Amino acid sequence: MTSAPAIICQGLTRKFGSFTAVDSISFEVAQGEVFGFLGANGAGKTTAIRMLTGLLQPTGGQAWVAGHDVYSEVEAVKRSIGYMSQRFSLYDDLTVRENIEFYGGIYGLRKTELHQKSGDLIERLDMEAEANSMIRSLPLGWRQKIAFSVAVLHEPAIVFLDEPTGGVDPITRRQFWDLIYEKAAQGVTVFVTTHYMDEAEYCDRVSIMVDGRIEALGSPAELKKGHGVDSINDLFVLLARGGKRGDA
Amino acid sequence: MKAFRGFVIKEFFHIFRDRRTLVILFGMPIIQMMLFGYAIRNEVQDVQVAVVDWAHDSASEAITDRLEASRYLQVVPGIEHQDIERAFRRGEAKVAVTFPRNFERDLILGESPTVQVITDATDPNTANTVLAYVTAAIGTYQIEVLTTSGGARPASIVLEPRMRFNPELRSVVLFVPGLIALILMLVCALMTSITITREKEIGTMEILLVSPLRPGQIIVGKVMPYLVLSLVNVVTILLLASQVFLVPIRGSLTLLLAECFLFIICALALGIFISTRTSTQQVAMMISLAGLLLPTVILSGFIFPVASMPAPLQIVSHIVPAKWFLIVIRGIMIKGVGLEAIWQETLVLVGMTTVFLVASVRGFNVRLAD
Amino acid sequence: MRIIAIILRKEFRQIFRNRAMLPILFVLPVIQLLVLSYAATFEVRETPLVVIDQDRSETSRALIARLDASLYFQIGEQTTSMEEAERALLFGEVDMVMTIPSGLERDLGAGQPVIVQVVLDAEDGATAGIVQSYATQIINQVNADISLGPPGIRIAPSHWYNPNLEYTTFMVPGILVLLVTIIGTFLSAMNVVREKEIGTIEQLNVTPIKRYQFVVAKLLPFWIIGMAELGVGLVIAKIVFSVPMVGSLWLVFALAGLYLLVMLGLGLWISTLTDTQQQAMFVAWFLMVIFILLSGLFTPIDSMPRWAQIVTEFNPIAHFIEIMRRILLKGAGFQDVTRQTAALAIQAVLMLTLAVRQYQKRTG
Repeated sequence: MTSAPAIICQGLTRKFGSFTAVDSISFEVAQGEVFGFLGANGAGKTTAIRMLTGLLQPTGGQAWVAGHDVYSEVEAVKRSIGYMSQRFSLYDDLTVRENIEFYGGIYGLRKTELHQKSGDLIERLDMEAEANSMIRSLPLGWRQKIAFSVAVLHEPAIVFLDEPTGGVDPITRRQFWDLIYEKAAQGVTVFVTTHYMDEAEYCDRVSIMVDGRIEALGSPAELKKGHGVDSINDLFVLLARGGKRGDA
Repeated sequence: MKAFRGFVIKEFFHIFRDRRTLVILFGMPIIQMMLFGYAIRNEVQDVQVAVVDWAHDSASEAITDRLEASRYLQVVPGIEHQDIERAFRRGEAKVAVTFPRNFERDLILGESPTVQVITDATDPNTANTVLAYVTAAIGTYQIEVLTTSGGARPASIVLEPRMRFNPELRSVVLFVPGLIALILMLVCALMTSITITREKEIGTMEILLVSPLRPGQIIVGKVMPYLVLSLVNVVTILLLASQVFLVPIRGSLTLLLAECFLFIICALALGIFISTRTSTQQVAMMISLAGLLLPTVILSGFIFPVASMPAPLQIVSHIVPAKWFLIVIRGIMIKGVGLEAIWQETLVLVGMTTVFLVASVRGFNVRLAD
Repeated sequence: MRIIAIILRKEFRQIFRNRAMLPILFVLPVIQLLVLSYAATFEVRETPLVVIDQDRSETSRALIARLDASLYFQIGEQTTSMEEAERALLFGEVDMVMTIPSGLERDLGAGQPVIVQVVLDAEDGATAGIVQSYATQIINQVNADISLGPPGIRIAPSHWYNPNLEYTTFMVPGILVLLVTIIGTFLSAMNVVREKEIGTIEQLNVTPIKRYQFVVAKLLPFWIIGMAELGVGLVIAKIVFSVPMVGSLWLVFALAGLYLLVMLGLGLWISTLTDTQQQAMFVAWFLMVIFILLSGLFTPIDSMPRWAQIVTEFNPIAHFIEIMRRILLKGAGFQDVTRQTAALAIQAVLMLTLAVRQYQKRTG
């Protein structure tokens, strides 16, 4: 099992009418890897993630997530993954504890287990004082940390993060990445999209998507060397400039 | 001024891009007009009558024939006396008319036989009306018998009713003005309150407020599309009413449209007022539904005559703008009166509109201050 | 089951935490019930009228006294001028003008019929008809007083189920239906679309929740609230309006449960179909207005044309109003409402199937 990749994509494609949002992408993500999925706005990142998480049916190609086919075993896929969407995913009229217990409950955690886990989590996030506050009263950075913790509460093998640090200050972003590394160290595969190129440097491997295709794939060091640039940021600008869609 | 024009154009785009809402906004008046024109009648018609005839003589049969001939009644065959209760419970009949044994003989002998009329009085209106029909049918039968038998006609007063303004008693004539009021309330007040609250909820109101647009311009710009929509709706309803349903417009069309315009302004002011007091769409919607639309349907005289309501409700009805609007519109359309007959009601509407406008402008300013 | 319980707990928390919604849920329906029940009446009392008495005899005065004494009429000023009377009618000061011709007493004495003309403001045709029937009743009484001939056929009316012809008795059961319906349908219509607008629906969709669990958990809170409101409404109906409750209340609640499934299914279907709360509300409002207008609540279904009566077969509100009136007022048992129950059952299955099918965790 250890050798089987966590995610396999082979020619995965999604068309909306005549528009090809994701154009035959292929890659593999190894278990325990932190995989950065980069691209300009509109490059097709979110569409790809939605296909891998079973929210959207692909129109072509194949993909397996945690060994399950995204066409035929959607529910099995869902049991093995966690997801934190670009849009806000917690209920702002429920408290921190209620949100944790709600999502944990949906994934079938037992009552005692749930109690213990939510207690641990609140303690680890250092939020004992806010455990019974409404989510809407908390600053964005805190909410994002809670949202991430909720996404991995049921101990999934893979977690998908769609721009988890958008709009968050640098210090909180740093803390957020500490959480990600902590999970990766436990063997969880992390699939993350981001706009921050400094974050890309934290990943084991990154891919850069332009106009629905993957234009570059490899570890940050390899990519920089291969394209003769100093940073992932330079590489990104170099590739994205060739694209026709998006505003980057 | 240029910024203002751009803003108004943006508002129009907003509405015209939301196809579903647009279809409903234009479709609703038409469908409701059709329903009121073709389907809904508040007069009692085709009431099922069970006749239990223990006499089976020519008198009882003659009266049954008369009942059958009435366009208001429909005789259901085959219901016996013991079946009446079950028939009522299952809604198979609403009235049972029972003729006693030896009905005709007793009548001739002058022994005053009794016809029993049992009504399903759960609906008192139907019960009363049907009783009146049956009484009338029996009455005319008696007069006829007496006349043909050559006996002395009893001296009596005969009532000759004339139905003024709506001789055929068509419900649609009554409903059209109410429908105009309802649609205008819906489009102007409800839509306006929701659209402004929505802007607050999403947070775009702040952006508008820091723009060079003045608060007054923002509000006018927001309500402009609804003003246009409502005018289109009024014209649609009036055209349908007069062309398809032959509802008369006896008074001045200019006056009619002017009064509609006044009511539109009144409703818009109400909508703005609500939006200054609420912060979420759900609340704005519930307040508009319960505070505006319901009273417009119930307390305005749209369906139920205000005069029949208990005193407290009649007092409440005075603050429902639609009540005054209905008196005005019915006066102009159906009775053909001019301003001399409805100036008081018009003044009340003008007064209400002023109050709502002032209140909403103040509400808006207060919000800006803090 | 556990997953459903977890979603349920969350839904209830959210409902009861929204301060603005609580009064809407529990106070508004009560006010509606009270106002609607008192306002919705076709009973006509104290119709203002003007009498033009051209006879000025004992008989004509007796007739006027009779009118004045009845609860149905209220005589304003008397006038001899037809023009003045017409003006009063036009300006809406009176609803009826009665003209008693000169020679009334003389002609009656001579055994000749006399025509008394009444002109009614028939803007509201139904009311005009009712006023006319009251006038006829009074004239008949006067006729009986002055008649010398043999007594003819006697009519013995008996009004079953509602002997005092109370309008509220008739309206309250129907209005109860309306309350339960409005709350249930509107709230369920807004519910899922709200999660769409906020974005939390995505998060739910990547969880292994089953579709039926989601739908059940979304419907159940409003089902429970609807049943609770019906209970409160029935208590008010009994205490305030003294509505007779002849039939089985168990049957009422059982069928209400079935009916709520139809309306909640409809609300949920609307919710899954639309993108914003505003849209959801409009679609719900639009359907609701049509259903209510064609439900027989305010105007009799019997008076509708054939085609509209057939359309009514597809109207759940009409069926449930009929059920409520029959059970509560007439004491109907299950066997008396099987047709309506069957219709509701079919509609419930249909609506829920539609709602579950329309709710897709994955977009194709």
